[in-house]
Amino acid sequence: MDQKITGRAYVLGANIDTDQIIPAEHLVYSLSDPEESRNYGRFALSGVPPALAGLPEGHIPFTEGDRWRSSFNIIVAGNNFGCGSSREHAPFALQKAGVRAVIAPSYARIFYRNAVDGGFVIPYESEEDLSDLIATGDQLELDTAANRLYNSTQGKSHALRPLGDVGPIIAAGGLFAYARQQGMIAT
Amino acid sequence: MPAMTITEKILAKAAGKTVVTPGENIWIKVDTLMTHDVCGPPTFQIWQKEFGENAAIWDREKVVMFPDHYIFTEDPHANRNVRILREFARDRQLPNYYDVQSERYKGVCHIALAEEGYNLPGTVLIGTDSHSCTSGAFGLFSTGVGNTDAAFILGTGTIWEKVPASMRFTFEGESPPYVTAKDMILQILGDIGTDGATYRAMEFDGSAVQALSMDERMTLTNMAIEAGGMNGIIAADEKTEAYVKARSNAPYELFRSDGDARYRASYRYDVAAMEPLVAKPHSPDNRDTVRAVRGTPLTKAYIGSCTGGKLSDFRMAASILINQKVSVPTFVVPGSTGVARLLELETYKGIVLREILEDAGCVIARSSCAACLGGPADTIGRSVDQDVVISTTNRNFPGRMGSKKSEVYLASALTVAASAVNGHITDPRDFM
Ligand code: SF4
Repeated sequence: MDQKITGRAYVLGANIDTDQIIPAEHLVYSLSDPEESRNYGRFALSGVPPALAGLPEGHIPFTEGDRWRSSFNIIVAGNNFGCGSSREHAPFALQKAGVRAVIAPSYARIFYRNAVDGGFVIPYESEEDLSDLIATGDQLELDTAANRLYNSTQGKSHALRPLGDVGPIIAAGGLFAYARQQGMIAT
Repeated sequence: MPAMTITEKILAKAAGKTVVTPGENIWIKVDTLMTHDVCGPPTFQIWQKEFGENAAIWDREKVVMFPDHYIFTEDPHANRNVRILREFARDRQLPNYYDVQSERYKGVCHIALAEEGYNLPGTVLIGTDSHSCTSGAFGLFSTGVGNTDAAFILGTGTIWEKVPASMRFTFEGESPPYVTAKDMILQILGDIGTDGATYRAMEFDGSAVQALSMDERMTLTNMAIEAGGMNGIIAADEKTEAYVKARSNAPYELFRSDGDARYRASYRYDVAAMEPLVAKPHSPDNRDTVRAVRGTPLTKAYIGSCTGGKLSDFRMAASILINQKVSVPTFVVPGSTGVARLLELETYKGIVLREILEDAGCVIARSSCAACLGGPADTIGRSVDQDVVISTTNRNFPGRMGSKKSEVYLASALTVAASAVNGHITDPRDFM
């Protein structure tokens, strides 16, 4: 895990469910085929109603036109991010689009597990709901050692909750890497 | 020994410990791993990559696979997923595979798990589907995971879990005929919200829960995930044991919560005072009474899914639809081939259920998840454009049933059937 993650914010509201992160009709693509799996980046967050896509203004497509990756790489959202289905395609799609971290006050359990165990994106919990305090396009710097988020566009800094028990799994790069480090499975 | 809840007791046993406490991270042994056509293929791919081409599956008897999500479609990618499942089962000689092109085909995994006797009290069942919490209706610990976790289980038979604190939902009183398990769970969702039980166990008890059939109990535990719950659970009783014994010879163990077990929160309801409810667009916790939204014009009605596609649901629908005609397109999707078979056998007022539903003008589809999750463009019952749908399913997030512009109301089979007849949202009491 890099100590510093920098990038542009893409801001969403509360209760972003997995159908909004990756609509069910796109779940048919292979996750392993490098060509085909690029579709996940292309359709990431395509289920978010346009008016709520890229707050506060909205109507900002996450992945533009027929591109495969997004120009935004840190997601800032409200409560209960990733609720809904168990599809691991959701954090995978975000990673494919180029997202490194999500910052939200709370997550649905399965999304959180998938993000951590698959090593796709870092699900950081913020102390307060930052979705009204940060604007889409703001330049952010995430300091994973200090558990702080700096918003250089607005000159503000926000506290994040330490990763806790799952920190070692994230640091290892996912569940399998962690289990190998611990000698739980053969290398 | 400190007092424990049923969830804590089952997890302690699976972790080989005498005591576990909420918040603790533990490694547990898995008794059953369930997967389906959407998450099976990527799970196998991760498993192969991580454990190697020739790796052994931890226990072939304990892996259960149901193709159910994208079944009757021309979509080439979806059909490829089913093919991968089939080939994997064949190559790895997995006995518990229920192929779509065979007599063994079942339909929706959560209903099939019950019917095929996999829901064994006291065990741990993990599925690559968020509604895996459904199986908790049989007094076992069941929850959903993603592909990486499932691949890890496939190779090791173990998984980490954070022991959840429990929330208790007690229903007492005598249930009026128009109050169903769907109304009970919509009541809870409205009270605690879609994240009200995140990382929590939801335990259901009380005389009104015990009075429910196994079908109806599964409706309660099914929607635990809609509150963010890790698992839903109902302690097994004689009804559970009779159901299980009729379908399995496997050993099981009965657990129940200690009288002084600790709960994060406790809710009590009197079902006699409850009335039919809906969840309005676009969230399962957007609860209202049917009375308050009666008259809302509809363009479609849908009775199906792991929540509302069980025999009990079609019995309810038939009790309303007998000698009636639906006035909007109404889709009936039996949750499993077992349910479909019973529609031909079971009767209401001497008439076979299937006949009642057909005569009322319902379109009866083949068992699968169908339009519950939208699915490929050719999926039967899928919402299009600005459809306004009333449905017995479990989710009404934007676009869940297909079109992002459509609106979905969630309700019991009674309410859906009554509304289908009138073409607008209708209180089932008008027909009872
Ligand atoms: S019926 Fe719907 S909720 Fe149930 S498993 Fe299928 S898609 Fe999921």
